[in-house]
Amino acid sequence: MYAFMEAFRAAMSSLMAHRMRSFLTTLGILIGTGSVIAVVSLVQGFSESIKSQFADIGGSTMTLQAENNNENFRTGKLNNIHFADLDALRYKVPGVGVVAPIMQVQTAGASYKGRTASPQIIATTTEFQAVRARFPEYGRFIVESDDKGRRRVAVIGAQLRDDLHMAENPVGEFFRIGNEWFKVVGMMEKQGELLGFSQDNYAVIPFDVGRALMGNNNEPFISASFTVQKMEEVEQVRERVKRAVRQSRGLKPGQENDFKVEAADTFIKQFDKITGTATAVLGGIVGISLLVGGIGIMNIMLVSVTERTREIGILKALGATRRDILIQFLLEAGLLALLGGIIGIILGYLVGMGIAAMIPGFPPAQAPLWVVIAAAGFSALVGVIFGIMPASKAASLDPIEALRFE
Amino acid sequence: MISLTNIVKRYKMGEEEFKALDGVDLEIQRNEYVALIGPSGSGKSTLMNLLGCLDTPSEGKYVLNGRDTSTMNDNDLAKVRNQEIGFIFQSFHLLPRMTVLQNVMQPLVYRGIPKAERVKMASEALDKVGLSHRMGHRPNQLSGGQRQRVAVARALVGKPSILLADEPTGNLDSKTSAEIMSLFDELHQQGQTVIVVTHEPDIAAHCHRTLRVSDGKIVQDSVNEKRVAK
Repeated sequence: MYAFMEAFRAAMSSLMAHRMRSFLTTLGILIGTGSVIAVVSLVQGFSESIKSQFADIGGSTMTLQAENNNENFRTGKLNNIHFADLDALRYKVPGVGVVAPIMQVQTAGASYKGRTASPQIIATTTEFQAVRARFPEYGRFIVESDDKGRRRVAVIGAQLRDDLHMAENPVGEFFRIGNEWFKVVGMMEKQGELLGFSQDNYAVIPFDVGRALMGNNNEPFISASFTVQKMEEVEQVRERVKRAVRQSRGLKPGQENDFKVEAADTFIKQFDKITGTATAVLGGIVGISLLVGGIGIMNIMLVSVTERTREIGILKALGATRRDILIQFLLEAGLLALLGGIIGIILGYLVGMGIAAMIPGFPPAQAPLWVVIAAAGFSALVGVIFGIMPASKAASLDPIEALRFE
Repeated sequence: MISLTNIVKRYKMGEEEFKALDGVDLEIQRNEYVALIGPSGSGKSTLMNLLGCLDTPSEGKYVLNGRDTSTMNDNDLAKVRNQEIGFIFQSFHLLPRMTVLQNVMQPLVYRGIPKAERVKMASEALDKVGLSHRMGHRPNQLSGGQRQRVAVARALVGKPSILLADEPTGNLDSKTSAEIMSLFDELHQQGQTVIVVTHEPDIAAHCHRTLRVSDGKIVQDSVNEKRVAK
């Protein structure tokens, strides 16, 4: 242990004796870890912010939507969810909670006092609120009687309110969707931006009003969001829903599903997969840069061993064993790489924060502890691995030859 | 204490083999004061390397303090060097980045002695050579004579059986040479076994016994009557 402490001290002092050289030697490691921390902290900050935006949609919410392949789009024969499918979902599947049909209404945009906007128009029922866990900031959401009475009312998002220059509290205002007048009965809580797109540029209208708006000649494009009563039953319910919907769509055994049932966190999972892949690719690049950094360390360590041949000879004459010399040089290489790694982590994090601050609307950079520890540990490991060759060269020097070295 | 029996050391020079040492027999007792002299190429340095356990003989037996070192491996030899041998070199061979105290403590590091103890032992050794006031200096802040005395302190700190000095005054002027030699005399009087490798007759004259090496053999083994009588 004492010998180890002394070797540590000796390694430190020899690194400090050549500060400039040590710094240049470890530059490769520094840049490698620095760039990884910069990118990872950006990606992590980004993905954390996206996940937190999705966090209010629980894993117990699922969606049912039609699935179309390229062939369908080419021929124009698009699959769609029918009202029968919604009924099957609503009444025939045990374990399903509330069901909110969702229709994307294609219209000519919205206007208010001469200003126009092109919001997303969602026609749905009162259940939407429970399914999506979104709540009004002002006024109220669509209620059942709105739907039954086909009232021309709308609940709008904050972005639409701003686009149309409505008052802070827009409840009671009248505006037009297409050619129809609607009364604003509520405004929803702000969602913020996702991937640079506002999540608040929409208007929600009663489902049947939406159907009327679309007319009969146009088959509306429908999907449904529904909750599962018990979180742990998600998979069973998904299978039951599939069976019930196959039946209602009249699919024969062996025929493929032309619809899909997905959990609302599918997006998060996909996103995780994307960031995971990105991280893996990045890891590969970093691996290469650390490899290059390691080779740099090996080079300089070999030079250093040659330079210090006589010193090694002296230490051996004084009774240093091979192991003593080996440990000292391994420590030196490992320490060199670790210091580079630590400086790289700090610089990388600062760069990440700087970039995040420079891009408007970009979430702040985050460096998870495990990444920091892994980066530091990995760079030290690289140093030790690439230190093996120079260190064993030093350890196996013949003391007589080494002492004679000029 | 030192017993060499029929020591042969062969070196290969390309295809040819030559014997640096060719059948050396030698006994050195505790507290002897021996000079090893001979021209360069005589095998004097090879003999010193063997005595210092920096090398092993090709043939023959070297028993140091009852242990046969001729068949030891690198690690055991390092241990023997650490505990039994105190080296003093012509060009001092101090470690430039370390302070005087750290230099003197270095052999004790390999023995696994705790720091407090190391400092104590090293201070005592520096006291012996009269340099305890220079503990915090670096070697390059010292004169040649002082450096060599630091090296002597480093050689002494582990209380070795043999003090092995290789041309210890080769890089010193005559005044400091005399100082170093009188330090050796003193150490010998205190019971230390001292072996000095030299080619200078007046250095050898300090010693009580002179071994002359030539062509890989000990050709003369004489007692310095004058010194012994004193």
